[in-house]
Amino acid sequence: MIVSGGAVAIGASAGAIQMLLRILPALPKTYPLPVFVVVHVPPGRRSELATLFAGKCRIAVQEAEDKQPVIAGTITFAPPDYHMLIETDRTLSLSTDDPVFFSRPSIDVLFESAADAYGAAMTGVILTGANEDGANGLRAIGLCGGRTIVQNPATAYARAMPEAALARWPSACVLGPDQIVESLIAAVDS
Amino acid sequence: MDAALTVMDELTTEDIEIRLLLEALYRRYHYDFRNYAQASIKRRLRQARQQLGVATFSALQDRLLHDPEAASRVVRLLTVQVSDFFRDPGYFRAIREKVVPHLKTYPSLKVWIAGCSAGEELHSFAILFREEGLEDRTLFYATDINQSALDAAAQGIYPISRLQAFTENHRLSGGRSSLSDYYTTGYGGAVFDKSLRERVVFSDHSLVTDAVFSEMHLISCRNVMIYFDRQLQDRALGLFSDSLIRNGFLGLGSKESLRFSARADDFVDFVKDEKIYQRRMA
Ligand SMILES: C[S@@+](CC[C@H](N)C(=O)[O-])C[C@H]1O[C@@H](n2cnc3c(N)ncnc32)[C@H](O)[C@@H]1O
Repeated sequence: MIVSGGAVAIGASAGAIQMLLRILPALPKTYPLPVFVVVHVPPGRRSELATLFAGKCRIAVQEAEDKQPVIAGTITFAPPDYHMLIETDRTLSLSTDDPVFFSRPSIDVLFESAADAYGAAMTGVILTGANEDGANGLRAIGLCGGRTIVQNPATAYARAMPEAALARWPSACVLGPDQIVESLIAAVDS
Repeated sequence: MDAALTVMDELTTEDIEIRLLLEALYRRYHYDFRNYAQASIKRRLRQARQQLGVATFSALQDRLLHDPEAASRVVRLLTVQVSDFFRDPGYFRAIREKVVPHLKTYPSLKVWIAGCSAGEELHSFAILFREEGLEDRTLFYATDINQSALDAAAQGIYPISRLQAFTENHRLSGGRSSLSDYYTTGYGGAVFDKSLRERVVFSDHSLVTDAVFSEMHLISCRNVMIYFDRQLQDRALGLFSDSLIRNGFLGLGSKESLRFSARADDFVDFVKDEKIYQRRMA
């Protein structure tokens, strides 16, 4: 069930943009993995996230469309007001199911589906945020043998989300912003 | 004692259980979720498992085979009901500004709202068509597989707490009237005028198992096919293609697209940003 060529999923809420601006633009042009990102944003017609980051990143950036195949070396943001899920056939699907922890998109929904699709080849990263979304999802990735990373709450703009993730999955690596970047890059170099 | 069998791991045990459960639901009750997008089906079945207090999907299967009441709860859970009046106002604005001028050239119109949920989208269209002077020549078909949603759609009653958002969306869609012209509020909620539903045929119709409609001018099917896998999406699009008149219109949800479908060639972009397509000339 576990297929080579893993993937990275990142979840962030309050303080997300600033943290992501430290991480995503630091990924090298040759970064080989797909990177899925859920940021809690208020529902709006169009999210500016993909546009904002496209101008700053060295790899391609897009907002997800339903049934799109997963693309390596590309950052994909969940659209506002939709959950983003990864199917086992490596396509993206969207849903308008109920919000999770008042959030749609929800980090749990992405992470749990990604754990099912990628198993041990999955890396999950929980960054700054003020609620508990993502904790269950990170645990799901951990239980499948995937890599789990949580931003050091001391470095987070809002510490509730990384703390909740650590409470739910204590064996996650606790890293500061720069170490997170190093670790995402080192994992694919080795 | 025999040795335990070796576990083959192309599919996880859960995936096997889910396939069997969906097969059982189909064979027993003719609800066909076998080709729905797996990731969200799995999520919702996990919720069902929890709500019905059973430990495994196999136990859930057992339960719903023998307990039609439980089966109906699961079906309700599997058919998500999230909708809004004038959801994505830009879509309705594009219908109003770009599609309506074409529709005005036909003496009579048939419009199909597929996956109409509790009627929010249907009422939006009915109001828009009244505002644009098309109502009298139009017959609407509103279909869904969730019977309680269809019943709610035929009632046209919504919680008063939702009116503010409805009103704002209506305004943003370019509404020419005041939404409050169309409902009266009472104890039960906001009751939308029944004249809006006079020219509507409600019916239980599945895009998975049921047949085509004929000679539609416009089909709006929003946020339904996101729950299908690609094969099923292609089937539904085939159905739409066969149900539309030449140059008829198809509107999808704002994150849906024909780009990844085998039936993409049946349609051309009409308002690209709003996912409104036109049936290609045969
Ligand atoms: C998320 S709602 C979309 C409501 C509305 N169209 C909108 O965009 O706001 C999805 C609807 O699709 C219906 N549905 C699911 N499977 C279906 C099928 N096979 N055929 C017809 N409708 C289906 C569900 O019952 C639900 O009412």
